[in-house]
Amino acid sequence: MQPPLPDDDQRLTLSATAPAIATEGLTKRFGDVAAVDGVDLCVPAGSVYGFLGPNGSGKTTTIRMLLGLIAPSSGSWSLLGRDMPAASERTLPQVGALVEGPAFYPWLSGWDNLARFDAAGADGQRPTRAGRVDTALGRVGLTAAARKKYRAYSLGMRQRLGLAAALLRPRRLLVLDEPTNGMDPQGTREIRNLVRDLASDGTTVFLSSHLLSEVEQVCTHAGVMSAGRLLAQGTLADLRAAGDTRLRVEVDDPGRALAVLSGLGLDDAGVEGAHVSARLHPGGADAAHCCRELVLGGVSVSMLTTDRPSLEELFVALTGEGFDVAR
Amino acid sequence: MWRAELHQLFRRTIVRVQLVVLFLIPVLLAVAVKLSGGPPAGRGPSFLDQVAGNGVFDALAGLTVCVPFLLPLTVAVVAGDTIAGEASLGTLRYLLVRPAGRVRLLAVKAVTVVVYCGAAALSVAAGGLAAGAALFPMGPVIGLSGTPIPLADGIGRTLLAAVVVGASLLGLAAIGMFVSTLVNSPVGAMVITAGLVVAALIVENVPELAFAHPWVFSHDWLAFGDLLRTPVTWGGIVQDLLLQAGYVAVFGAAAWARFTTRDVLA
Repeated sequence: MQPPLPDDDQRLTLSATAPAIATEGLTKRFGDVAAVDGVDLCVPAGSVYGFLGPNGSGKTTTIRMLLGLIAPSSGSWSLLGRDMPAASERTLPQVGALVEGPAFYPWLSGWDNLARFDAAGADGQRPTRAGRVDTALGRVGLTAAARKKYRAYSLGMRQRLGLAAALLRPRRLLVLDEPTNGMDPQGTREIRNLVRDLASDGTTVFLSSHLLSEVEQVCTHAGVMSAGRLLAQGTLADLRAAGDTRLRVEVDDPGRALAVLSGLGLDDAGVEGAHVSARLHPGGADAAHCCRELVLGGVSVSMLTTDRPSLEELFVALTGEGFDVAR
Repeated sequence: MWRAELHQLFRRTIVRVQLVVLFLIPVLLAVAVKLSGGPPAGRGPSFLDQVAGNGVFDALAGLTVCVPFLLPLTVAVVAGDTIAGEASLGTLRYLLVRPAGRVRLLAVKAVTVVVYCGAAALSVAAGGLAAGAALFPMGPVIGLSGTPIPLADGIGRTLLAAVVVGASLLGLAAIGMFVSTLVNSPVGAMVITAGLVVAALIVENVPELAFAHPWVFSHDWLAFGDLLRTPVTWGGIVQDLLLQAGYVAVFGAAAWARFTTRDVLA
């Protein structure tokens, strides 16, 4: 006997919890070179996912494949729980995208540009178009420049217009490739707030960036690309846990402190004046335990901190090459 | 979407300039005839020697002058720009992500090119009729077969000739759109398409290639003149339109095959 099909409610629940982006062995070869090589992305629904990697690591090629602009050489992918590219017509209207910088018609105003892209889709009904365009422009702070020709826009304004196009209608997923490129610090902060707002409304944001600090500030998840491969992905906390955490103390007797900490199993220790630092091991003595043992051991502790590795240190550890062009 | 696309087309400076130039060609012809008193009968492009006697002929003379190169050149510009122009601006990726749908986008672009072909040919006819009416007497048209055609009928046939000319350009337009799906540079697509017009002219002028002449897209471009006969002889026009339909089918299919499978990297 066939198992009963899930009813509609259950199906909705299923699709709501399905990853916003899932890829399996996604690969793109250009000639002999694999620009993207067997990438298995999993972007949970509702997350803000930072897609990291040096220039030339395959981020943009991956994004182009996700959006159906280029066909993968092998592998499969789904967006919002639907298999692509079969479900493009149904899925892409719920996906806003900024790919490799904004691109608009220089001879049209910002407003007319958005109206044109709105009209290009099957769901761009004319009577409600002006409202959508005005709202999107307002959201990125471009209302005052709406009637200016795109040609006269500054780099930051162009980037904002690109974001406005991505926000033309309610989206369940936003794919943003370097969204703060060319923006001043004020604009960068606004974009960060915008991303947070969108995420708090439940929109999944997939954000590629080379600005690690930016990813660290807004993202819940991250994935690291290098030379076409996805080296690591997960929640920021998980990724950081993969790196070393160091304990730093300021004490009256560095020598004795060093001995106590070594006795607790901390290694890679170093002394600099009154400061002692050593590597904590997951599952071993934690900072609180170390503090108690130091004090019981007769050491006066005037300061104690733990240093989580920054994403940048983690990134360098993973790619082994820092932020240079890989090839 | 086609409405927005047409709006977009006729907003572009280059398209407006082209249409104005096409409108002005027969105006220039009319002025030249007026100033010089007209070329002696039997000299100059067909119909030109009759312009002084009847302004309607200025439109036909204008079409005859524009058909071999100027009209196809402007069609090459517009057709070559369709996909390659969007690709070079980068707007192609945003149209596809919208999603506009690749087949739908190509179809909408094809509609705009068809409209442009008609508008371009009608610009020439309109310029000719306007200048002819302004500078010369308008009267019953003495057709190629010597029978007078009443003025209204003559103007109607002239406009029909413009529509036939517009349709004659569709084969070239389909080639231009196909080329436009191959490259990312609109200028490249325009140059290649315009180059094919020149190549066709050359082939037409080599007698040794006579066997190929009936298959050249420009072979029957001047067939519209048959509309001025009484009764109208449709043979050449029908042959021309069938040939254009063939080119549209072949290159339209090629453009479809290419564009629906192409990696968009621009």
